[in-house]
Amino acid sequence: MIEARGVTKRFGDFVALDDVSVQVPGGSLTALLGPSGSGKSTLLRVIAGLEAPDDGDVLIFGENATAVAPQKRGVGFVFQHYAAFKHMTVWHNVAFGLKIRRRPKAEVKERVGQLLELVQLSGFAHRYPAQLSGGQRQRMALARALAVEPKVLLLDEPFGALDARVRKELRAWLRRLHDDVHVTTVFVTHDQEEAMEVADQIVVMNDGRVEQTAGARELYDEPANEFVMSFVGPVNRLDNDWVRPHDLELTRESNGATRPARVERVIHLGFEARVELELDDGEELWAQMTQEQCEELDLEPGSRVHVRPRRARTFASTQP
Amino acid sequence: MSAQTAVAGAHPVARRRRSGGLSVGVATGYLSLIVLLPLAALAWRSMEGGWSAFWDAISDPQAVAALKVTLLLSLAIVAVNALVGTVIAWVLVRDAFPGKSLLNMVIDLPFALPTIVAGLTLLALYGPKGPIGVNVAYTKTAVLLALLFVTLPFVVRTVQPVLLELDREMEEAAASLGAGRAAIFRRIIFPNLFPAILSGVALAFARAVGEFGAVVLISGNIPFDTEIASVYIFGQIESDNVTSAAAVSVLLLAISFAALLGIGGIRRWATRHDG
Amino acid sequence: MARYALRLVAIGYVSALLLVPLGIVFRRAFADGVGPAWDAVTTPAALHAFWLTILIALIAVPANTLFGVVCALAIVRRRFRGHGLVNSAVDLPLALSPVVVGLALLLLYGRGGWFGSWLFDHDVRVIFALPSMVLATIFVSLPFVVREVVPVLREIGDEQEQAASTLGASSWQTFWRITLPAIRWGVAYGIVLTTARALGEFGAVSVVSGRIAGRTETMTTHVGERFEAFDLVGAYAASVVLALAAMATLLLMTMFQPREERTR
Repeated sequence: MIEARGVTKRFGDFVALDDVSVQVPGGSLTALLGPSGSGKSTLLRVIAGLEAPDDGDVLIFGENATAVAPQKRGVGFVFQHYAAFKHMTVWHNVAFGLKIRRRPKAEVKERVGQLLELVQLSGFAHRYPAQLSGGQRQRMALARALAVEPKVLLLDEPFGALDARVRKELRAWLRRLHDDVHVTTVFVTHDQEEAMEVADQIVVMNDGRVEQTAGARELYDEPANEFVMSFVGPVNRLDNDWVRPHDLELTRESNGATRPARVERVIHLGFEARVELELDDGEELWAQMTQEQCEELDLEPGSRVHVRPRRARTFASTQP
Repeated sequence: MSAQTAVAGAHPVARRRRSGGLSVGVATGYLSLIVLLPLAALAWRSMEGGWSAFWDAISDPQAVAALKVTLLLSLAIVAVNALVGTVIAWVLVRDAFPGKSLLNMVIDLPFALPTIVAGLTLLALYGPKGPIGVNVAYTKTAVLLALLFVTLPFVVRTVQPVLLELDREMEEAAASLGAGRAAIFRRIIFPNLFPAILSGVALAFARAVGEFGAVVLISGNIPFDTEIASVYIFGQIESDNVTSAAAVSVLLLAISFAALLGIGGIRRWATRHDG
Repeated sequence: MARYALRLVAIGYVSALLLVPLGIVFRRAFADGVGPAWDAVTTPAALHAFWLTILIALIAVPANTLFGVVCALAIVRRRFRGHGLVNSAVDLPLALSPVVVGLALLLLYGRGGWFGSWLFDHDVRVIFALPSMVLATIFVSLPFVVREVVPVLREIGDEQEQAASTLGASSWQTFWRITLPAIRWGVAYGIVLTTARALGEFGAVSVVSGRIAGRTETMTTHVGERFEAFDLVGAYAASVVLALAAMATLLLMTMFQPREERTR
């Protein structure tokens, strides 16, 4: 297990991490999810030893690694912008960690060959990073980090610099890789869809604090507070309640528990339809439903409907 | 005119407009008059006495000695500059201390100060009446000092921007892979600085072989000992042997260019990994 | 620790090579007080050298600035045969020994030179007179404005200029209102470097001017002449004037420094 205990980190006046504690089960794939400035990258770097915490400890499989230099922690780190050794070929990049440890030539050759095959870059061994695409460079960076059999693999927004299609492909690929290789993995992302798709466990962070740690399902259905709820999925505010758009039920007739509203706009997105509504008191909401349901209701701008939340959540600290 | 080109085949990349134009004419005219024509005269007149006179001029023992001294000392200072220049650039980029920006400014002094004054300052400190009792005037050491003075900024200024732009994450990646500080410098930082060091070395070398003002006071210009090529050429001009002076000049230029081409080739090899 | 050792090497080297020697010259110039030093730089010969240097700079610097901007525009914005040659030719003055430059001019305009007889017949004095000194100074200080403006022009791209012409601006208007303001710091920096080089020129001017005291001496050759005449105070005093100009140059360079060369 990898653990951060009570970690605090300041940069001048700015508090990046405020008494943060996180536990990462061995062999799992954990995501640190949050907006910019939430401290997720800082936490990752503290675990790696690239930043020293002002307070708190880092434990790597039981050993206190807080004072240990990054060279000796046995962590593999993958950067958002690849940090490729641009003056070395792909082969030498991947071999780097092994060469530093003075592994015998034959062993290095075999291991690098295996890894290049694992990341599907076997034919690119003699190219330079500048000749690779972004996705290829990131796969190389992963192979490089895995070469020295790290105890934990840390990825800092690994797909942030890639375009949407490549990002989706690599996401799935990372999950498959993890299933094969089983290294304890922590990755940082601001994309909730990515976290929910890939990770076993998600740590939601905001403003240097952990808001909630849970699996994707629990995070979505039982968010701990309004920040988590609105970060992890779309949400409507209805008086003191927080309602997911797909939990807003629309009917033509009132049935007691409903509120009247006016349809402002209907957006057709293939399978899905979005209905933008305005309540009589001016509050704006939007509902999400299937195209079929939308057609059944026969909605158009100006139609009068009635809304009712199927499910809603209330949080104690909600401000009006 | 440009509105037409803007419409006909718009191309988002900044492209050069139609060929020719006043600016080209003015530029080439000025360059030809000021630079190319005199150099053409130099090359032509160097051959005035035919090949035999040319050969006699460049094989004159004093000329050969002057060229030897020049090249040897220039190579020596190039080595010193490669080392010290990198150290200074490193300190300016990676270190922090009061007065650092002053140090940064002072580096350009050899660009700003006339060479004759540079020579005089070195003579004042390291010459016969120097306050620290060191006297290297009229020795090769003096020539070395003068050349080091005028070439100081070159390697520093070519390495500095590269060091500034160096991706720190590469160093962090190497650390996470187990590399210690020495290994990081040797395997990551230095290979990326090498082309810049070479550029600086090329500039320093070209400057050193041609230096005149800084050397002329402090070296004593002793033939076969501390007389450098430019001083020899000057002497030939004063003795009205202009053809001989021209011949030696052409040889000096040829050697300079050969060295620059060689360094350029090494640099291209060292940056073959750039996409 | 390694950090302190490196710092010591850097500061020590720069001090021993640049700063301390310069300091000694200042001290020696004023060794007998400000009076003698002032007298030394206000002799007729010294004053003449001073004004001649200024005059040459006042011709050479504007000429090279104008050329520099025009040439940079040609190199970056135009496509023409000989493009590479122009680019390399601009850098030539940096690779040439000043003595060789002087010799080349001598072989062109001197008595036996290509233009020599024509000039002699028309009683035009170039060598051993102001014109050759100006030509020599222009030659050696030619590259600086070009080299500073070219990267700036490349970086800003010509999209703004294209936008201006679609809005109806003529070539001249575009240049004056769009291009020039964008390159002005590059030009300023280039002017500073050009001026410093022009003021400091020694070798080429030594060859072509004949160093006739009171007639064709510049401040730099005057320093050399005073030294040879064993007038050390005179040499040091004139050096101080030049060194002060150099320091002013350094300050201006720091002010106009292009972004890439700044230390963080």
